[in-house]
Amino acid sequence: MLRLIVSRLALMVPALLGVVLLSFALIHLVPGDPIEVRRGERGIAPQELAILRHQMGLDRPLPVQLLDYVGQVARGDLGLSIATRRPVLEEFLTLFPATVELSLCAMLLAIAIGLPAGIVAATRRGSALDHGLMGAALTGYSMPIFWWGLLLILLFSVALGWTPVSGRISDLYDVPRITGFMLIDALFSSDEGAWISAVSHLVLPTIVLATYPLAMIARITRSAMLEVLSEDYIRTARAKGLSRARIVGVHALRNALIPIVTVIGLYAGTLLAGAILTETIFSWPGIGKWLVDSVARRDYPVLQGGVLLVAAIVMSVNLLVDLAYGALDPRVRRRS
Amino acid sequence: MADIAATPDLAASPVRELWRAFAANRAALAGAAIILLILLVALAAPLLAPHSPLLQDRALLLAPPGWTADGSAAHPLGTDDIGRDLLSRLIYGTRLSMLIGFMVVSLSLVIGVTLGLLSGFFGGLVDFLVMRAMDVILALPPLLLAIVVVAMLGPGLVEAMLAVSFVALPNLARLTRAAVLTELGKDYVTASRVAGAGALRLMLSTVLPNCLAPIIVTATMGFSDAILNAAALGFLGLGAQPPVPEWGSMLADSQSLIQRAWWVVTFPGLAILVTVLAFNLMGDGLRDALDPKLGPPTRP
Repeated sequence: MLRLIVSRLALMVPALLGVVLLSFALIHLVPGDPIEVRRGERGIAPQELAILRHQMGLDRPLPVQLLDYVGQVARGDLGLSIATRRPVLEEFLTLFPATVELSLCAMLLAIAIGLPAGIVAATRRGSALDHGLMGAALTGYSMPIFWWGLLLILLFSVALGWTPVSGRISDLYDVPRITGFMLIDALFSSDEGAWISAVSHLVLPTIVLATYPLAMIARITRSAMLEVLSEDYIRTARAKGLSRARIVGVHALRNALIPIVTVIGLYAGTLLAGAILTETIFSWPGIGKWLVDSVARRDYPVLQGGVLLVAAIVMSVNLLVDLAYGALDPRVRRRS
Repeated sequence: MADIAATPDLAASPVRELWRAFAANRAALAGAAIILLILLVALAAPLLAPHSPLLQDRALLLAPPGWTADGSAAHPLGTDDIGRDLLSRLIYGTRLSMLIGFMVVSLSLVIGVTLGLLSGFFGGLVDFLVMRAMDVILALPPLLLAIVVVAMLGPGLVEAMLAVSFVALPNLARLTRAAVLTELGKDYVTASRVAGAGALRLMLSTVLPNCLAPIIVTATMGFSDAILNAAALGFLGLGAQPPVPEWGSMLADSQSLIQRAWWVVTFPGLAILVTVLAFNLMGDGLRDALDPKLGPPTRP
């Protein structure tokens, strides 16, 4: 198991260096000089520009600048946001809990519905239920989720007035920040309605964000279960007289879990990296919205640092998924 | 013994066999039919659209669809906030979506397959460099990477197409590489090599045709990803710019009208959903037809 971890970590290093290179290239490839970009529309005198360029080291050769940048990143210094003048890392850490909270809820919802739906479809293969479930899954899988979010707002917020349109909690409540997770912080606050308000703000974004992974999980669960259910050991289990529930739930599901875990891991990484569209539609103050806004504001240090942090998160989640294989499948442990 | 006689003619061409498996899947056929219809609409847009997609009717701002009480018969799906006919904009939008899908898939196919071929064929340093570059692309969620590319290139339809093509590369490159590696070990490749076939010939006319099945499926699915991602960029204001009638950017404009005009929000998204669904249905059908292992229940 240790060797598995080490070999996976070793594979991460070149990819991480590549991402650093990409984020370095980002600031040098954007249209316009980084200083002029920082100065915004006001413009700048040529002499002042030269002095600033020298101060920031932009007049040095590119390889030197790159090495410098790698050193900076290694020390955890991702620069300052142009818009807020605060360190990029600090901003990221402030916003990250909002994204984690939303992604976790969405992932739980997707698994809670997608997994049983896939199992039911597989055990009733070819039935109307199977066709219905898979039709719904394909629709979810094809859904432009920015539109799906708008539709849900149209129905539940505008027409029915059940849920709020945007944000994490109503302005009426002043919840002190303890963990950064609104659902937990609201419980600690003295206001009684705060928690209800937090939940009602979370419902629609969770549904929207869960749609795509839910559809994927249902589809992959069905096909993985179908493959396993045709194996000899399932016939043996059936011949032994085991109950159907035990065969499906224990013998088949455990063996079908590897592809399912892969898909879950794939989407967990992507969701944690910022639910860009969902956060934008619901004005959810997380990583995804932060990054989109940074493009609109031409706040390149934020985009640059954000890309790096997001890539690190995605790679770490992928690593965890690889390790989960080892735990699920003894063959993987031995092979490495 | 009787079974052998009953087997359909063994000489049937692979294409015909493929068609038979594909046609047995009604959902896939429906997908193909919808795609054909959308293509026809795209080609005949000027004939079908009742108005110009850019014409502003100042007297009829935000007119509701024609069948509602306040609707106008001249605008069957209503008008937007500056009086443009929604139906005409959607009809012209099919052209953009088909163009985006086609350009993105061709571009990513050519580059992705080439990278995969080189990587699988030459191995060593080429393989290492290409695959690590793909790892970097895969380390970022597709939409975020597309946003980063657009941030470098500037917003616009062409820029969005380039960004979306870039994002689609790793899938195709890895797939091609894996297929090439499988084929390279087979006897027919060795035979061809012994017969003196050059690298280019081995790559393009010996190995590539045998790797096509998974590539075709991925390319079909690539259409739906391309249309979805480009629409998402349009929605974020980073893709096609107004007044271009691109479905995603039409939705971006509609967001502020959600309280007043449901039709402006509903129809462009429906168009995206139907188009993407059609390509996914066809892709699923193709995959089942090309890959007997995962075949549909109708297979013998």
